[in-house]
Amino acid sequence: MSAAAARNRRIDKWLISGPPLLYLVVFFAVPTLIMVVASFRAPGEFGGLAPLLTRDESGLHLNVTTDSYARFFGALLYTELFLKSLGYALITTLLCLLLAYPLAMLVARSSKRHRDLLVLLVILPFWSNFLIRVYAWMIILGPQSVFVAAFNALLEWLGIGPVRLLFTPFAVVIGLVYVHLPFMVLPLYANLEKHDPALLDAAQDLGASAWQRFWRVTFPLSLPGVFAGAALVFIPAFGIFAIPDILGGTTGIMIGNVIKQQFLDTRDWPFGSVLSMVLTVVAVLLAGLAALLGRRTRLQ
Amino acid sequence: MSLLEIRNVTRRFGDFVAVDDVSLRIEAGEFFCLLGPSGCGKTTLLRMVAGFDAPDGGSIWLDGKDMTSVAPEKRDVHTVFQSYALFPHMTVADNVAFPLKMAKIDPREIRTRVDEALEDVSLTGMTGRFPSELSGGQRQRVAVARALISRPKLLLLDEPLAALDAKLKERMQLELITLQREVGISFVYVTHDQQEALALAHRIAVMNLGRIEQVDEPARIYGFPQNRFVADFIGTCNILEAEVVSADRARMRLSIPRLGEVNAIAVDAVKRGDKGVLALRPEQVVISPALSPGVDENHFAGKVFDFLYLGDVTVYVVELPNGSRVEAMLPNSAPGGVKFFEPGDPVQISWRIESGRFLTA
Repeated sequence: MSAAAARNRRIDKWLISGPPLLYLVVFFAVPTLIMVVASFRAPGEFGGLAPLLTRDESGLHLNVTTDSYARFFGALLYTELFLKSLGYALITTLLCLLLAYPLAMLVARSSKRHRDLLVLLVILPFWSNFLIRVYAWMIILGPQSVFVAAFNALLEWLGIGPVRLLFTPFAVVIGLVYVHLPFMVLPLYANLEKHDPALLDAAQDLGASAWQRFWRVTFPLSLPGVFAGAALVFIPAFGIFAIPDILGGTTGIMIGNVIKQQFLDTRDWPFGSVLSMVLTVVAVLLAGLAALLGRRTRLQ
Repeated sequence: MSLLEIRNVTRRFGDFVAVDDVSLRIEAGEFFCLLGPSGCGKTTLLRMVAGFDAPDGGSIWLDGKDMTSVAPEKRDVHTVFQSYALFPHMTVADNVAFPLKMAKIDPREIRTRVDEALEDVSLTGMTGRFPSELSGGQRQRVAVARALISRPKLLLLDEPLAALDAKLKERMQLELITLQREVGISFVYVTHDQQEALALAHRIAVMNLGRIEQVDEPARIYGFPQNRFVADFIGTCNILEAEVVSADRARMRLSIPRLGEVNAIAVDAVKRGDKGVLALRPEQVVISPALSPGVDENHFAGKVFDFLYLGDVTVYVVELPNGSRVEAMLPNSAPGGVKFFEPGDPVQISWRIESGRFLTA
């Protein structure tokens, strides 16, 4: 290859990878860096951040502190909140997986003609606003709702008594599962759709029952899709604040709500940054673990 | 009692009759080929024997038991699929062990049997490999080992060598023949490749348009085709339109339009005036520069139209006075410096009267 051709190839490479790289630097790397720095700064007198550099009689001072980290690790409250959020996210991921798997299988195994329509139905909720859809759940789970009335009538008949559904952890989980379900269905469907039907025929031919065919062939082959879907559900569910805000009341609070409070209400930006940092680190670690597991379940 | 008995099986897809009232008996220890062009129903028939498809009419009996409505996993029949269908997430050893695991056999016994099975197909040392790390021939061997490990009564093979190149194909054919003889399990082998069927099978069923045209040993299928389709589909065949002029017990005389009359061996139940074709294999036609009339031979003058040099043989296309063309195959036994007939050369063609087959169907 001539030197000119090699140079052209290098230019092509940068032309193609340049814009997305620039996007990631501007909208991901820089904000993360700002957050890292903010987590070591002191809160301002009226909220926000104290100046990074101050000058007084003794000279120039760099105002960095680990106070906010000390505050986080000093009180059990925040760790508990993290664990609670982790629990919500894990339950959401698990429920999404349980609901999405049969749905994705149904879509993947239906005829080509029906498949597009079914996929469209899965992504149909995205056509309306996220907040509006969550507010709709407020009505569905609210005390005036027909469903809740019927449900409570049943409970009363059973002698368990009426319960409140809205503003409970239960409502938060419902909202989380509802919102994140498509993110589990789509990667699972993309994976299951590629499976060679001859493999199931072979398994059946060699004596595998329907149950064995699923656990020995379909499920292991779908693991990359399971891990991709789990990551797409778990990471946003872990840090979300809108759903617990709307549906959770006082008991259904998650770490995302506290972070939002720190930035918007309390205006303690350094502490908010610390919480965000911990959230990011935990999410990245878990996503890394999922990726590692996904790679170990080899698929050619 | 036959090992496998297919009784009047019919399968329709809408208006299309894929398998049309087929009856077959396959014996224990037999290597049986289902041969036919694509779309002739041979794969549909195989899938019904495996249990993946149910006949619309008729029944399938294995070892004296009606299998027609038994699920595939409950049939003592295993299949080697065309794509091999090896499990990509399992090693060679796990693939081969699969049927034994499904049968809940003791893990220690599984290990020894897997080792034996892999040795039988010369894949020792490949146990830890994944299917993606194997060559086409190796994958094929794993598929066969996996299908045979739990000793089914019957092994079905759906064009298992179609994806391999010619050299490897021939080697795998020899391996399959040896393996079948060693394990003694009946093989039902589906193929559209007539040479493969002739090479492998004890008996062949030739299928066309959902029906069985002829069931016979390879040599009889080739030498005594029962109808025009079989004659034409197996090997190459010269087909000359012919009409019966006279017939006695041993011989008959046929008239070939605008060419003349020939002698042929009598066929049962033909009479004067019957129309049909004379089927003649190219290797049975002799081509020579001058007439050397022998007894019991038919001969005509013709002109070389074209020829194909194939290395071991040369195929001449000879045009006869009535415009029909006859292929004659000449072995190139003299090494080097073979003198060919050139297009346009006048030649004589002849064949022994017992060579031609008169077919009415």
